[in-house]
Amino acid sequence: MAKQIYTKYKMAKYLRKEALPTALCPGCGGGTVLNAFANAIDQLKIDPRDLVVVSGIGCSAWIASPYFLADTLHTTHGRAIAFATGVKVGLPDKKVVVISGDGDLAGIGGNHLIHAARRNIDITVILVNNFIYGMTGGQVAPTTPFGAITTTTPYRNIEHPLNISETVASAGASYVARWTTFHVYQLIESIKKALSVKGFSLVEVVSQCPVQFGRRNKMKTPAEMLRWFSKNSVPLSKAKNMSPEELEGKIIIGEFVNREKPEFAEELNKLIDEVAQHYALGGEDAD
Amino acid sequence: MIIRGDEPEQIGLLRKLYPEGNYFMQGDEAIAYGALFAGCRFYAGYPITPASEIAETMARELPKLKGYYIQMEDEIGSLAAVVGASWTGLKSMTATSGPGFSLMQENLGYAIMTETPLVLVDVQRSGPSTGQATKGAQGDFFQARWGTHGDHPIIAISPTSVEDSFWETIRAFNLSEKFRIPVILLADGIIGHTREQIRIPDPEEVELVYRKLPANEEEAKYPFGDVHGDLIPPMPLFGNGYFTHVTGSTHKENGLRDVYTPEVHDRLVRRLHKKIEVHEKEIQKWEEYYTDDAEILLVSWGVSARPSLGAVIEARKRGIKAGLIVPKTVHPFPGKRIKELSKNAHVILVPEMNLGQMILEVQRFVRDEVPLIGVNKIGGVPLTVEEILKEIESSAERSRHRSAD
Ligand SMILES: Cc1ncc(C[n+]2csc(CCOP(=O)(O)OP(=O)(O)O)c2C)c(N)n1
Ligand code: SF4
Repeated sequence: MAKQIYTKYKMAKYLRKEALPTALCPGCGGGTVLNAFANAIDQLKIDPRDLVVVSGIGCSAWIASPYFLADTLHTTHGRAIAFATGVKVGLPDKKVVVISGDGDLAGIGGNHLIHAARRNIDITVILVNNFIYGMTGGQVAPTTPFGAITTTTPYRNIEHPLNISETVASAGASYVARWTTFHVYQLIESIKKALSVKGFSLVEVVSQCPVQFGRRNKMKTPAEMLRWFSKNSVPLSKAKNMSPEELEGKIIIGEFVNREKPEFAEELNKLIDEVAQHYALGGEDAD
Repeated sequence: MIIRGDEPEQIGLLRKLYPEGNYFMQGDEAIAYGALFAGCRFYAGYPITPASEIAETMARELPKLKGYYIQMEDEIGSLAAVVGASWTGLKSMTATSGPGFSLMQENLGYAIMTETPLVLVDVQRSGPSTGQATKGAQGDFFQARWGTHGDHPIIAISPTSVEDSFWETIRAFNLSEKFRIPVILLADGIIGHTREQIRIPDPEEVELVYRKLPANEEEAKYPFGDVHGDLIPPMPLFGNGYFTHVTGSTHKENGLRDVYTPEVHDRLVRRLHKKIEVHEKEIQKWEEYYTDDAEILLVSWGVSARPSLGAVIEARKRGIKAGLIVPKTVHPFPGKRIKELSKNAHVILVPEMNLGQMILEVQRFVRDEVPLIGVNKIGGVPLTVEEILKEIESSAERSRHRSAD
């Protein structure tokens, strides 16, 4: 039954049919992200043979790996970007995309995220921020809002959430944008830009996990969560003129940076060409 | 990138950059040059004593051969990048020491489960924890075997000298490529930092092994299937349009995850083990000295093997029938051969720079009646010929008394 529904879906040609149906809960924002990603690939006419998708561990990590029909590398928890770094160096002409969760990429994997941005390696990261560790049962995440209830903050969260997009932008990424699963069209446009930019790009997608987050925070249904996203989102341009108090609890959306700077894999290849050329032409020997 | 067919160009380059002849270098450098001759063209690592010279040598030499060096943010990321690069077809490696090796364990398990060829060098240093950071040791024997969780096979190799480090690194790459398994080079800080003369060979003397690739689309559909009946699946590299799915979770032959069916897990993990068991002869390597009539048998490895040999030679001069076996492949352990040799032995001595690790592996294979004695030293200073000889002599004395009773 489920398989039949999927084959009617317009983007079905991009999916690994034998892996369907997906393991995501009904109403999970992960489906929207997969859809947006498939549409971006379709609109850019990227041949999936020119794509390697890498993910870590978590519900969000499953979005494209295994479901997207490309070379897919499903790695250890938090390390997707580091694995992707090796892939990009080996295949500099391919698009290397990382799709994973906030716990995976910004919690356990935060160090790799910052350093890949600093290096400005040409990897596109789609970070699904659902404010929670979904797969392990709804524990507090580095993105959980102050005061929220989770299975490990049963009284309330007393930690402050990490602003992922701002952190990655200041770490040196070429392109950073944040949208929610309510802003599907903007999201598709941003993923397209991120895929086209040469350098490290991050698209943060604030996404609903009604099962582990919404349920415990007065938003039982996916629709309630989407309504919350729509009401609480503030475009960057508007946010610039708002005070920190006014921005408390708001989701700032839009493009944080879009800039050109030297990219790692290209610089590495330039360096190698120079050095190899020098030594091939009779530069001094090694020892 | 060095792939099949690139050899003529590569041979020319290697010959030009590192002409055949005698060189004076450290064990760490010999490992780096061994890797270059083996075709390694990707290195990702994080500095740590006493392994840093491998990174420094690779950073300097790899670009000359169009190879890639990356200094990652930590050891976890280093091994992750190495696995990623290996799936694009690059022969890849990392090098570290104690604490870094601990950090790599999760991704080592990932590489085992996904059958990713790579070489992981652990230049052993004194521990636990930061221990004596600059001192060598042999305390990671079991960490190499059982450091990562779950049932799994591994190949680990331990060199005994600077020149040996060069050749054993090449062997590590070849075994890794052939059997699609990460291979650990269990070096140590003492050989790593010792300078000795070594002969750099002509590159044509070096036999290179490359991983098996799928012969066609059909084979590529089973990246984890025993399509040739030799238990080693061909590896469909990324970027070839095969749409390969690779996961560290339990997977079927087509790569797709199935963590619920007991048979799938059983079939996969048993094949991983069997692949190494069946080819044990090819993987195992050891050296023997004076073992034909040895009554006092020494089993020693890595840095301790040389003073052990010195002690055996001295003992022979004194009329003691001592002999030595040196496992070069330490995992899988050459226990069967040791079992055979133990039949004639009155006593077995195991010199090593720890409080007794390989000795436990020896114990599994020898008769209870043969006394098994560890010659152990920790603190960062290697065992000496005299220290080992003393143990041989007192063992000889004891067995003389015993036979006189
Ligand atoms: C090293 C390690 N630690 C912990 C886990 C358990 N674990 C699996 S998924 C997960 C959380 C994933 O959270 P997130 O990335 O936010 O994804 P989500 O499930 O919310 O989409 C954790 C902690 C693991 N697999 N590996
Ligand atoms: S637990 Fe949450 S994140 Fe995971 S699939 Fe369900 S809804 Fe999605």
